[in-house]
Amino acid sequence: MAHSGISVLLEGTNFTRLLGGLWVTVKIAAIALIVGIVLGIILGVLRTFKNRPLRLILRLYLEFFRIVPTVVLLFLFYYILPRQMNFNLPADQLATLVFALWVAAEMSDIVRGALISVPKHQRESGMAIGLNRYQLYRYVLIPQAISLEIPATINLATRVIKTTSLLMLISVMDVINIGQQIIEANNHSHPTGVFWVYGLIFLFYFLIDYPLSWWAKRLEKKRLERANG
Amino acid sequence: MADKVLEVEHLEKYYQKKHVLFDINLSIQQGEVVTLLGPSGSGKSTLIRCLNGLEEYQKGTIIFEGKKIVPTEKNWQQIRQKIGMVFQSYDLFPNLTVIDNILLGPIKVQKQDKSAARVEAKKLLKSVDLEDYADVYPRELSGGQKQRVAIVRALALHPDFMLFDEVTASLDPEMVRGILNIIKGLANMDNMTMIVVTHEMNFAQEIADRVVFLENGHILEQTPAKQFFSKPKTDRAQAFLDSMDF
Repeated sequence: MAHSGISVLLEGTNFTRLLGGLWVTVKIAAIALIVGIVLGIILGVLRTFKNRPLRLILRLYLEFFRIVPTVVLLFLFYYILPRQMNFNLPADQLATLVFALWVAAEMSDIVRGALISVPKHQRESGMAIGLNRYQLYRYVLIPQAISLEIPATINLATRVIKTTSLLMLISVMDVINIGQQIIEANNHSHPTGVFWVYGLIFLFYFLIDYPLSWWAKRLEKKRLERANG
Repeated sequence: MADKVLEVEHLEKYYQKKHVLFDINLSIQQGEVVTLLGPSGSGKSTLIRCLNGLEEYQKGTIIFEGKKIVPTEKNWQQIRQKIGMVFQSYDLFPNLTVIDNILLGPIKVQKQDKSAARVEAKKLLKSVDLEDYADVYPRELSGGQKQRVAIVRALALHPDFMLFDEVTASLDPEMVRGILNIIKGLANMDNMTMIVVTHEMNFAQEIADRVVFLENGHILEQTPAKQFFSKPKTDRAQAFLDSMDF
């Protein structure tokens, strides 16, 4: 058979273009995660302080990013902000920003939850040896919170990576957008190309996300073993 | 007359609307061992937690080593280095080894020299028979061992004054004696000033110079220990002793 659909992947530079798209996807997800996690840890620590107005503002921030669907956030930042506020960024940087803000919001809740589940006695025995607030968080609370929050953080990472598939909607040249272009350009010569291209994209996402989710499960199991053993 | 380490004057404590400590007046002299007795819920723990700022109080003053405490968080951080506290539930930091639990205060808070602090921590561990456990994590220790480490952790800051809050209450019976002997050693050999909240009447009798008897947030009596255990001033304290069966 002249055209078994799979050859579409090897036609011209198609495969390297798909890999290039994957690189864009991974880069956006990775930068957004790094920036978002760091920011989220800071916000999460702040949310355990007693200051009520501060807590309220951070809570509203979290709820905004949690309730508004990611697509709407992307459109908001891509179409509305530039026009209303003259805020212009290339699509991929803008996507990174939106994702980072979203990760920060979700991460703040993970960190806060982990910090407040460290027993109150730990805080008190830290205070009893004269630790100040910074030292208390640095040496006692945060290290104990980390083992609680790592599995949830990895799960957040897998969600972020999956959600990058929305980026084509604001014209970022991610792996899905490039796949779409390849399908359309080869529609005549390779009518079943869509199956192979999306099949490969599925495999890409699976290869990135599955190890992460396996790792999260393993860490959680270990933590439970330690806690109950 | 010996120096007063701590004086409490007209201290009142509320939890929101609920009045839990009423007009507490107390003073403790250098080297004195005071045991705080009373039925559960009488406010013993709340009182000693007020003494190192873990609980706020609404009225009254606390004078420590001659200086009136201005109860800000910063001041308490300083004072807590002088007032060691050991809790019922030991509360070692599970993320740190035994030696790091002990060294956290001396090195990070007091900025003591690292190697000297380590040498001293080892010595303290040896004094409670735990010299082989410096590098293990708290989860590998028994309750009694954890509590001994918790005492060492408090002592490593060189406190002038110690608070013990029912430190044997959650231990297996066979562990209790070891802990009590350590506290007794501190009182007798090191002449440490301390307030001990306990339900171990025999121990209270052995160690106390003076008993403060508390009920429903009121100090009912303060009596030299010998007298308290033979003939307390109040009927309520007599009834309490009778009920303790020791």
